[in-house]
Amino acid sequence: MLSEIYGDLILDHCRNPRNYGDIHNATHRICGHNPLCGDKIELTFIVKDNHIENIKFKGKGCAISQASASIMTNELLGKTTEEAILLFNVFHEMLTREDFSEKNIFVDSFFKKAGVFLNIKNFPTRVKCATLAWHSFNLALKENKPQQNDNIN
Amino acid sequence: MNKLKMKNLNFPMLGKKTNNNRLVYLDNASTTFKHAYVIEAERKYETEYSANIHRGIYFISEKATREYEEVRSKVKHFINAKKETEIIFTSGSTGSLNLIAYSYGRTFLKKNDEIWISSLEHHSNIIPWQIICSEIGCKLRIIPINKDHTVKKIPFGKQAKLLAITCISNAIGVANPIRNWIKQAKERNIKVVLDAAQAVPHFKMDVQELDCDFLVFSGHKIYGPTGVGILYGKEKLLETMVPYQTGGDMVKEVTFQKTIYADLPAKFEAGTPNISGVIGFGAAIDFVNKIKFQPIAQNTIFQKAKEKLIQIGAKIVGEEFGKIQVPILSFTLQNIHPHDIATILDQKGIAVRAGHLCAQPLLNLLNVPALTRVSLGEYNTDNDIDSLIDGIKFVKKVLKC
Repeated sequence: MLSEIYGDLILDHCRNPRNYGDIHNATHRICGHNPLCGDKIELTFIVKDNHIENIKFKGKGCAISQASASIMTNELLGKTTEEAILLFNVFHEMLTREDFSEKNIFVDSFFKKAGVFLNIKNFPTRVKCATLAWHSFNLALKENKPQQNDNIN
Repeated sequence: MNKLKMKNLNFPMLGKKTNNNRLVYLDNASTTFKHAYVIEAERKYETEYSANIHRGIYFISEKATREYEEVRSKVKHFINAKKETEIIFTSGSTGSLNLIAYSYGRTFLKKNDEIWISSLEHHSNIIPWQIICSEIGCKLRIIPINKDHTVKKIPFGKQAKLLAITCISNAIGVANPIRNWIKQAKERNIKVVLDAAQAVPHFKMDVQELDCDFLVFSGHKIYGPTGVGILYGKEKLLETMVPYQTGGDMVKEVTFQKTIYADLPAKFEAGTPNISGVIGFGAAIDFVNKIKFQPIAQNTIFQKAKEKLIQIGAKIVGEEFGKIQVPILSFTLQNIHPHDIATILDQKGIAVRAGHLCAQPLLNLLNVPALTRVSLGEYNTDNDIDSLIDGIKFVKKVLKC
């Protein structure tokens, strides 16, 4: 069980985060913070013609929160905002719904990557680590505020 | 006291399994296991004389009252208060600190008065004062911390009125120089609140010798029940303070027009209290009275834990501010996040604390976002330390570092 959450993919993304950095001319910017454990994600992205044209993150925190942010940015890059919201919902349901089943997923390639977080459900205190980046993204997109600073719970 | 029940280290939680491993509990600064004698005392109340106190004109209520009040007397001796009336039962240290802030603070503090706290405080001795400051317009001042924690003179302003400090940091186990600071406060007639939550499990506290005005601690950190704790206050102060909560049992006379409050200590114990908790707490004090406190240098299990943790690459945090005085070891390990450490250790049955340890301002000063904390209780053994070290080796293996 443990090796499933601390598997190669998560460790790789944690040590070599993809899309790490800051987009200075981002259309969306959010600082997600999990006050319980101190995980922090600064997420910046550009939405142009309804597509996520660029997305980067910076952060500090546990392996799960950092790897999740890294994988998320990979997955979201180039997606339409509708697709991105769909992926958020899939990810969120995957970690919070008991009756979640892989059959619900039509985005197979997404699940190959983000699916490594499925087992986090067995570690309830760590679910927020995995969802921090996604909640931050969703909040920034939904409220469409260029600048904000929020606690994500 | 039943000698059999008081047999040392009779803790039903010991030897339990978690995640298919022997439970190794190393989070005693957070809360401790309950002694069998504590559980038995609570069970007896609940099953043999379960009744309200100070009210019933019948045997079991009178017995409950007697047992409850006897604990007050035990606490009086435990911290060497002058009178039983100086001992108020609360829900714990947090409840006690809130009581002081709202009752003493709202009555006696004025705009621009200074409230001083230290850099080592737990959130529970920060937030109540922040609220009083925003309500009344007081100023919250922080005693700076430096290398060796040798603040010789606190820069009290003219309107300094209150010094609220912890004896020992819950996050790093380092002590504040409380005697020195109390002396400085007393010279200026500044009232002193001591948070003794982390000190009481390891040191004999004597409120008369310390000359503090208030002292708070919790039952569940000394092998007693959760939800019960103590506010000690000097009688003269408590007498002048207004009740924090109001209701039953804290009055002499009530009409629809006005109320005359009861004398101490009932004035501060509105409503039916945590009777079984208080009775269990009394049993916990009996147990702690049996513990022979030893200086940390002679605590071989602590010294072994510290040595082995350092050997395995952990960096103990906080020692730059002074000697660790209680068996608390907070550390960082390479670049591994404490939550990953705690999750993986848990799989081996080892319970440690990870995170900001309810002391975010201190962690900011230490420039660490989170720590892993190992804290020992009376029942921890050499074996537990071996398990911890094996566990940390396993953490490194899982994370491939």
